[in-house]
Amino acid sequence: MSVMNAPGSAPARSAGRPPSMGGNFSTWANRHRKWLFAAPAMIFVGVLIVFPLAWTLYLSLTDSQGSVRAKTDFIGLENYLTVLTDTERFWPAVGRTLSFTGVALVCEVVLGMGIALLLWRPFRGEKWVRVAILLPLVATPVAVGMMWRLIFDPNIGFANQLLGMVGIPPQPWLSGQDTALGTTIFMDVWQWTPMVVLILLAGLTSLSDEPDEAARVDGANSFQRFFLITLPLMMPTVVVAILLRGIDALKTFDILYATKGKGGGSFHEVETLNVYAYGLSFDYNQYGLSSAVLILFFMIIIGSMWLLTMRKKAVSK
Amino acid sequence: MKRRSVVKYAAVAAALSLGLTACTGGGGSSDAKESGTVRVTLANHVWTEGIKAAIPEFEKSSGLKVELTQLGEDQLSDQYNVKLNAGSDEIDVMMYRPLQEGKAFAKNGYLADLTDKVSSDSGWDWKDYQEGPVKATTVDGKVVGVPIITEREVLYYRKDLLQAAGLQVPKTMEELEAASKAIKAANPEVAGFVARTGKSAAVTQFSSFLYSFGGDFTDSSGKSTVNSDAAKKAYAYYGGLIKNYGPANVSTDMSWPEAMAIFTQGKAAFYTEADSLYKNATDPAKSKVADTVGFAPLPAGPAGSKPYNIPSWGLAVNEASSNQDNAWKFIQWATSKDRTLAAQKAGVPGPRASVWSNAEGTSTYPKDLADAIAVSAKNGVGHDRPEVVTVGKAREIVGEPIVASITGADASSAADSAHESFQKFLDSEKK
Repeated sequence: MSVMNAPGSAPARSAGRPPSMGGNFSTWANRHRKWLFAAPAMIFVGVLIVFPLAWTLYLSLTDSQGSVRAKTDFIGLENYLTVLTDTERFWPAVGRTLSFTGVALVCEVVLGMGIALLLWRPFRGEKWVRVAILLPLVATPVAVGMMWRLIFDPNIGFANQLLGMVGIPPQPWLSGQDTALGTTIFMDVWQWTPMVVLILLAGLTSLSDEPDEAARVDGANSFQRFFLITLPLMMPTVVVAILLRGIDALKTFDILYATKGKGGGSFHEVETLNVYAYGLSFDYNQYGLSSAVLILFFMIIIGSMWLLTMRKKAVSK
Repeated sequence: MKRRSVVKYAAVAAALSLGLTACTGGGGSSDAKESGTVRVTLANHVWTEGIKAAIPEFEKSSGLKVELTQLGEDQLSDQYNVKLNAGSDEIDVMMYRPLQEGKAFAKNGYLADLTDKVSSDSGWDWKDYQEGPVKATTVDGKVVGVPIITEREVLYYRKDLLQAAGLQVPKTMEELEAASKAIKAANPEVAGFVARTGKSAAVTQFSSFLYSFGGDFTDSSGKSTVNSDAAKKAYAYYGGLIKNYGPANVSTDMSWPEAMAIFTQGKAAFYTEADSLYKNATDPAKSKVADTVGFAPLPAGPAGSKPYNIPSWGLAVNEASSNQDNAWKFIQWATSKDRTLAAQKAGVPGPRASVWSNAEGTSTYPKDLADAIAVSAKNGVGHDRPEVVTVGKAREIVGEPIVASITGADASSAADSAHESFQKFLDSEKK
């Protein structure tokens, strides 16, 4: 077994017999240990992140379609040009992706903050309420999608029967061209608000009570205390919640696919970039075009995350 | 948060979504020897249930071991897209949809040429197969698959509602419309007519209406004809029936499970759908109207009653498989005359002529359904969707006027714009 030498001891060996392979390796390993220890992680990142990314980037510059093994030609930025000038599917999908994310995020953060504030101070039956609130979080999104799809069925669904009981005419929900996106946002809010509650509650419980008490002594009402003390102190946590939820909401796929299927419905009413790219790949087999959409989508995600982290830095200062 | 971690977050986020297209090339087989295990991938289907139960029989007689993977329709096709694309030899026998994927798979070289194999065994008898199904599994003169299930569109109707309204079973499209109108007027809770409404899903069922009105998706030279007078009339008729006499709040996303649910919940009088799904309507466990369902051939349009008559599923051998001879043994067994008869008796309409001429073959079918199938098989058209490589996209294009018509938009101008897109699409495929 070779002994790990301290870096300084290497020259001593050269005085006697020629160095063995083992000795060489341990010297080499010692010199490069920071790389060696990081190697498994780097290989992992390389295989699972860099390679797919590079491959997608390559595909996006070719006319690959039908089969990825088929002969393809390098066509430069043509796919990007096609995609960026496509006002029929691509730009509406961008709009839907952003409005889905934006509206869902605002609802989730506002609702999440409200619920977190209610749960902040101890009360009787607190544990049960917390469990109940967390339930949607543990359900599989596809199952959630299927469940709501049944509830919102225009003819035999529970939602319309409920409305009927109070005399409101049936609504189209998921089947309406104008209401479908809103309905899926509702599902996303239903499922993911609990996660925001969890994050914000963790933030709230770690806040010091002193500023709040001081304000109370000074006669501030609860409204003032929330907006002038609690909220500013919570801002870093709020931005973390927005960041985590934002990435997730941008990537939403399962709920949309489970409720409206390929193409996001007959009028593409819930077709976001993810659903569009999926359809291009698996329904149309247009891998080049689909890769271009995904690369653009990737840039949108990085862009939004960059904007958010800048905001977080400003808040943290 | 440091900028580096932002990039990390973003990279992970993107890699997850980019994973969609990250298929590695290469693969292929390193071992050319035949394996004693046949890997079979099948769709969730009544046919599969029957075969699954009989597999021990095959294993015993052949000495081979069968490894079965069973998936839902969409998952199955995604699985093929990834695995076949990667040249994987993990699949030996595959259940596929000849009209949906056949051309694309054959063009990409995913399907092994079975021409010699099918003609080599006269006992198994390839000549026994109906002409339409054979045509659909033959690409460029090569047999690439063996059909296992056939389908025709028939009219499902409610005997009790018709009787109450004093109406005969409609024989023409006009009679169907009049009967739908009368029943809807008499029973406000019940729709006169229901059928698929999803842009892509409806295309296959609309096709029979298109043919019966004298149209088709393309002409003999491969040019788009979806804006012909006949096609425009068919679009307006199909959409109009659903809009005027369909369920209230009709959704434009219905495929067969949703449309069938409305019919089997007793909320519609007429329903046009594939005959192979009939058990959903006649099984009391699934259908509230099981004992009052009747079947009839598709009502005749100006060009007569011309439903599609197609093989909806077939079996093929993966070209990259190193186990092709054993894969063929499995197919030969699964599609033998005995197995086809057994499957047909369990409710799966088969592609073999001998099974249909055998009284036993239709003994388990409702009599009116067997009659309707016999009529439809005679007049049937061999395709139910555009015969192109990228069927998914073509369906979306030609399905546009269907949903336009259902929502009350002008079917004629929708057909004109669909024609333009469809022709562009056809031209791009020719390149």
